[in-house]
Amino acid sequence: MDETNKLETLTNQYIVVNLGSEQYGIDIKYIDNIVRLQKITRVPKVQSFFKGVINLRGEIVPVMSIRKRFDLEDDVYTDKTRIIVIKPDQQEKIAILVDSVKEVVSLEEDDIEKVHSDGKDEMNKYITSVGKNQGGLISLLNINGIIEMQ
Amino acid sequence: MDVSQYLEIFIDETTEHLQDLSQHLLILEEEPENADTINEIFRAAHSLKGMAGTMGFKRMQHLTHMMENVFSEIRNGKVAVNSDLVDILFSCLEALEDYLATIQQTSDEGTEDNEDIIKRLNSFLDGGTAPKKAEKPAQKPEEKPADAPKDATNQNVKQNIKFEEFEINAIKDALDKQINVYRIDVKVDESCVLKAARAFLVFKAIEELGEVIKSDPSAQDIEDEKFDFEFCVICVSAESIDKVTKAVENVSEIKEVKSSQITEVPKEQPEEQAQETPAEAVTEKKEEKKAETTAVATAKTEKAPAKADAGKKAPAKPGKAVVSRSVRVDIEKLDVLINLVSELIIAKNGLVSASNSSDGYNSQAFNEQIEYLERVTTNLHESVMKVRMMPIETVTQKYPKMIRDLTKKLNKQMKLYITGEDTELDRTVIDEIGDPLMHLLRNSADHGLESEEVRIARGKDPVGNIYLNAYQDGNSVVIEVKDDGNGIDVEKVRDKALEKGTITPEQAEVMTDKDIIDLLFRPSFSTAKVVSDVSGRGVGLDVVKTKIEALGGNIDVETKLTEGSCFRVRLPLTLAIIQALMVELGNEKYAISLDTIQTIEDISADDIKYVQSKEVINLRGTVIPIIRLDSILDIEPVEKEDDEDNNLTVIIISKGDKLAGLVVDRLIGQQEIVIKSLGKYINNNSKVISGATILGDGEVALILDANTLV
Repeated sequence: MDETNKLETLTNQYIVVNLGSEQYGIDIKYIDNIVRLQKITRVPKVQSFFKGVINLRGEIVPVMSIRKRFDLEDDVYTDKTRIIVIKPDQQEKIAILVDSVKEVVSLEEDDIEKVHSDGKDEMNKYITSVGKNQGGLISLLNINGIIEMQ
Repeated sequence: MDVSQYLEIFIDETTEHLQDLSQHLLILEEEPENADTINEIFRAAHSLKGMAGTMGFKRMQHLTHMMENVFSEIRNGKVAVNSDLVDILFSCLEALEDYLATIQQTSDEGTEDNEDIIKRLNSFLDGGTAPKKAEKPAQKPEEKPADAPKDATNQNVKQNIKFEEFEINAIKDALDKQINVYRIDVKVDESCVLKAARAFLVFKAIEELGEVIKSDPSAQDIEDEKFDFEFCVICVSAESIDKVTKAVENVSEIKEVKSSQITEVPKEQPEEQAQETPAEAVTEKKEEKKAETTAVATAKTEKAPAKADAGKKAPAKPGKAVVSRSVRVDIEKLDVLINLVSELIIAKNGLVSASNSSDGYNSQAFNEQIEYLERVTTNLHESVMKVRMMPIETVTQKYPKMIRDLTKKLNKQMKLYITGEDTELDRTVIDEIGDPLMHLLRNSADHGLESEEVRIARGKDPVGNIYLNAYQDGNSVVIEVKDDGNGIDVEKVRDKALEKGTITPEQAEVMTDKDIIDLLFRPSFSTAKVVSDVSGRGVGLDVVKTKIEALGGNIDVETKLTEGSCFRVRLPLTLAIIQALMVELGNEKYAISLDTIQTIEDISADDIKYVQSKEVINLRGTVIPIIRLDSILDIEPVEKEDDEDNNLTVIIISKGDKLAGLVVDRLIGQQEIVIKSLGKYINNNSKVISGATILGDGEVALILDANTLV
């Protein structure tokens, strides 16, 4: 019993998504659902990084563009574009748009390195650590930082 | 087992009983001889006392107990009802309401003893019942043990108990160690509502003094209320039998406690059980609550602190101290729901079978099933909404008493007439509407109604009339607060506004009477010359207005000087579903609540005029500003196929008296929509979008709050 517990705390599964040429990882525990691109209804007069809302089986879920949140170029919708529905602990659902979903990886604690934070860069709030996987680097998204609205 | 699970029921029922009391007290004041009313009051007070006792709220119990005594004297004709007495009783009610409020917030009754109210009640009893008091102490339960042996023959009523082996061992152990083993038979009052809770308190009381070995029926059954009115507990305790008995008796609504000491280890055969000798330290006490005198009550309070501690422990233990919101639902409404759900299942099954055999010629059956399904879901929908509805009575009940208080405070004679109390509103609205209505009533009483002399001079009935009328009007509910008083003096309001600098003299020139009256709803504007504690601090109408608008409603006033005024509050029937007009702007769809829409006009672009460089139209003599929704909502213009007629579709909306015209591209039609929130992430500062809804094809449409545009 103790053994398995240890294992769980040491390895975390992440969904790896692509944004442009970079890879980002989202902790699987936050993920409620991954759906194909569907019609996003624009909501006027809101934060620019919100693309609008979608109907997720009768529920209204706001869709955030990670690209816009990170000040990257605006999304280009392709048939690989996915909407990742995130359910943070005890909070309302929120969805994020990604270029594509690549794979699920398991990262051991040793493979994860904290990003050095100088406290100035906005991005430090969104990405707190980097994972190493088969030679590639995955920026791990800090979901709580991303959904925090000032 | 834990009393906190009863807290919700307790609060609900106490509220009901308090309302009952208040209503009947008012009747009692009018008809002091009305025996039915007195009985009602007595019953309500008695239940209150019982419930407070169950929950371990000793102070509350004490106060209700005192009230009960007074009512008992009234019922016996020993005390005459007069206005003083009713006053005291009303102050009792207030005190009880305070307790309840404290309990609701902290699940504890607080520490206010309300000594002076109790003292006043006592003095009333002393004055009215001096001879009675002398003879009563004889019935005090505390003095009863002397009679006990006489009743000891009742012993044989007890049923026998089967013991398990380990229980026998436990008894044996205790006896070996010279610890007392008692058998306690408890009979719960037949009128008791929460038997299990009483039993729990009995267990708790015993556990404080010793240990429970066995109960019959089992503890689980007792907890599930699987017992009639009697149960039996075998316990070990180092305390004396009297002390244990007394502790059990202290639990209210316990009718009878019989206890006996067990000195021999019981055999497994139940017959052997009956052998405890009746002569052996049997005490039996009957507690006839209704005969209790004030003397008993004081004796009881002395014991209270010890028990109050015990009572406090229970509610403090669990994490959720604050009571969750609940709706009590009429069984009938639930039955309808259940029927509809079963119909839904039938309809679904019909669909399944229709699709299984879906050859071309079966499509008619398919369509029929879909229509059926549609009908059921619509009904289901309506019924579910009805579950949330509550009659407005729940808030209006407290007003007669308030008006009565105001009669004394303001020294004005007045009467309140309430109609349409059975009009139903959504629970959320009901919860919020109480205060605004109270403000309006106070306003009518204080500012509206003239003093008696003025009324007589004007040839009016010296008793002022206030009316509270509620009725349903289409998709909304209207509540009117009307009085036959002075009405609003527009000139006075104008002067006051000028004096306060709310408006400039130029503005005052052009303002209509209606505009002036609207000033009353501005923050910190009060025309009362004297600030009374009833109203006149300048917080009132503006708060009322804000609150009502927050509920999606609106308020307007009709007034005639010297004849009276009428405040009309209009509220949406429910908050979750609205009738809406669907419109198209560019490629986007929006919903506008039908309530705000006046008319829809087809207007030629040439009819648009400019006033102060703003677009307006002149519609049948009224100048209405035009709002281009597409620019407000940043909608990307779409290529229009040549506007051959050059016409604009304009939706005329209203907010109070103000009108505005919204330009839309196309009308889709009227639809009933379910309002959904956009959630907390989206920062919707502009408030133009009040929510979203899901259309039949699964697409999301946003709901426009027209009020923010006018």
